[in-house]
Amino acid sequence: MSLPDPVADGVASGWRVLDGAAQTQDLQLSCDVLIIGTGAGGGMTAEVLAQAGLDVLMVEEGALRTSRDFRLLEAKAYPELYQESASRKTADKAINILQGRTVGGSTTVNWTSAFRTPPETLAWWGERYGLQGLNPQAMAPWFDLAEARLGIADWQTDPNPNNSVLERGCQALGLKHGRIRRNVRGCWNLGYCGMGCATNAKQSMLVTTIPGALQHRAGLLARARVDRLLPAADGKTLQGAEGSLLAADGHGLTGRKFAVRARHVVLAAGAIGSPAILLRSQLGGAQVGRRTFLHPVVVSGAVMPQRIEAYNGAPQTVYSDHFMHTQPLDGPLGYKLEVPPVHPLLMGVTLSGFGAASAGLMQQLPHLQVVLALLRDGFHPDSQGGQVRLRQDGSPELDYPLNDVLWDGVRRSWLTMAELQFAAGARQVQVLHEQADLQSSWKATRAQILQLPLKPLLARVVSAHVMGGAAMSSQPEEGVVDEYGRHWQLRNLSIIDGSVFPTSIGANPQLSIYAFALRAAHHLRDALNRG
Amino acid sequence: MITRRQLIKTGMAGSVVLLAAGFLASPQPDLPAASQGRLVFLQAADAQIIRSLAPVMLGMAGLALDDIVRGVDVAIAHLLPAVQQELRQLFDLLGNRWARRWLAGVHSPWAQATPDELAAFLQRWQQSPLLLLRSGFQALHALINAAWFGNPASWSALGYQQPQQVMGLLP
Repeated sequence: MSLPDPVADGVASGWRVLDGAAQTQDLQLSCDVLIIGTGAGGGMTAEVLAQAGLDVLMVEEGALRTSRDFRLLEAKAYPELYQESASRKTADKAINILQGRTVGGSTTVNWTSAFRTPPETLAWWGERYGLQGLNPQAMAPWFDLAEARLGIADWQTDPNPNNSVLERGCQALGLKHGRIRRNVRGCWNLGYCGMGCATNAKQSMLVTTIPGALQHRAGLLARARVDRLLPAADGKTLQGAEGSLLAADGHGLTGRKFAVRARHVVLAAGAIGSPAILLRSQLGGAQVGRRTFLHPVVVSGAVMPQRIEAYNGAPQTVYSDHFMHTQPLDGPLGYKLEVPPVHPLLMGVTLSGFGAASAGLMQQLPHLQVVLALLRDGFHPDSQGGQVRLRQDGSPELDYPLNDVLWDGVRRSWLTMAELQFAAGARQVQVLHEQADLQSSWKATRAQILQLPLKPLLARVVSAHVMGGAAMSSQPEEGVVDEYGRHWQLRNLSIIDGSVFPTSIGANPQLSIYAFALRAAHHLRDALNRG
Repeated sequence: MITRRQLIKTGMAGSVVLLAAGFLASPQPDLPAASQGRLVFLQAADAQIIRSLAPVMLGMAGLALDDIVRGVDVAIAHLLPAVQQELRQLFDLLGNRWARRWLAGVHSPWAQATPDELAAFLQRWQQSPLLLLRSGFQALHALINAAWFGNPASWSALGYQQPQQVMGLLP
């Protein structure tokens, strides 16, 4: 018996799927709606529009990989499924960014954590940015719809030991905590979500809305990078887009080009990709690429007396928002506590230190327990996020300076995580910093954390959530798009992905993107069917 | 706490080092080590640097160094051209005997350097006040760790294995 691969079967049955690497000539295509990017925003939009009878074409930079390609192997998954082999970095290299680059985008490789946008975030957008239409009551039906489509529900199985430590630590310290809802159906509880789901249990765009769109005669062009949008002569609309077909290695150019003419263009290339396409097209104005947020993440490792095997079992099932609520929203940065899955390659790369000390830790892998703190950026006046810009070759780079307000959150969250791990029975704890080492008591760890210098590339900082850079606003000059993702200047361009968020979300963002995308896509569908 | 101003200063100092590296990095490379088979990005001299540093970086003896070199090469081959260019500069810099001696502080050629000398170099760059040197250490750290721990040969020493209930069902 081998596992089914319904997406590969669909392609074999005649879905309209083109591989850029396989094309022997330039492509000239046309459609009603061109969707650039197939992640949470593009995937949701594609299904809504294709079901309404519109001729939809999805274009994706990454390759079409399906469950038969997912072998629970980091060294295969990271180069094939992630931006820059899972080692995309901010300009000074201080933050490592995990972001998908495959059909389904980050939804193909995320850890299946599903949170509705926190009400305080939506309320802040209303007060601060005039986006009252996105209030919690108005958004509720879109969350309901996304949850129903993707099987988002409570996770009935016990947390794995890695998550249980977080839960026990919260209980011991009296911190509010909860269980994480997940977008899975028939999950095997394996723990390899980050390498693509081999059993198709994860309800990513790859196995839900993209097949849904393809069944409604949508097309998909993979391994095709959009170089620029093509403005019409009037300067107020787009004619479509053009780009380069990528070779089988996923990066090299075949020399073949493609061009798409479309009535409407949806930019859904993610919060680094979408601003980059606008910048390469010299479109969009001064706000493009500004205020890009990351939920910067810092990490603490513990050696537990019992086996944890943090590589096995659903990766994220317990969280704590306690420290999201202990200070004002725009005060010292709040942080969310979760745990990551711990696999050898990513752990080896992420651990600080070198030589015998890190070898000693790696050899205790089955006993390692890891907590992460995700900092809520974009609310404090000094937390302005980063700026997407272009390198000379046109590739995007995010300049995200780490400043005092972030470092303050880093130190507070290290202290919380270490105390929590000891409270849950850790034998030793080490926060990930190049001058930290394993400590055997909370008191000693605390003393060490208080004197660690807060500098880029000494403290380990990572991110899996890129948001902002093409913000929604209530006034044209204050952002890039309106609350439906409609571009303020270009009448047939919508941006429907995480780049439209005016701040970070304050929770894992996939469900926020799904709900925003459903709302924007239904609005667009009605407008296109009227016109 | 580091201020923005200090950060800018460090960044500028970093650029000066890089500029100096540009001048240093072309003439008089150390003699290349024996050839490594078919590598895409790494040249023989780069491969020697990885072979010398990997046991010290990983804190392990008896490593399959050929596999690590190949793993690093494959990892780099998957990176963006802009990032590959930076790594080219890093390896050219480390491969230059003057830069090796004065910037890395390693007096013997890489193939002959002692573990203590190599560890001192790694620690100096890991803890350097210059952002650029810290990023050089981090690049070597990430590449060598990814090459080794991405290789199933490393797993038994960690007590790690893939979930058996599903591996047999994969194509």
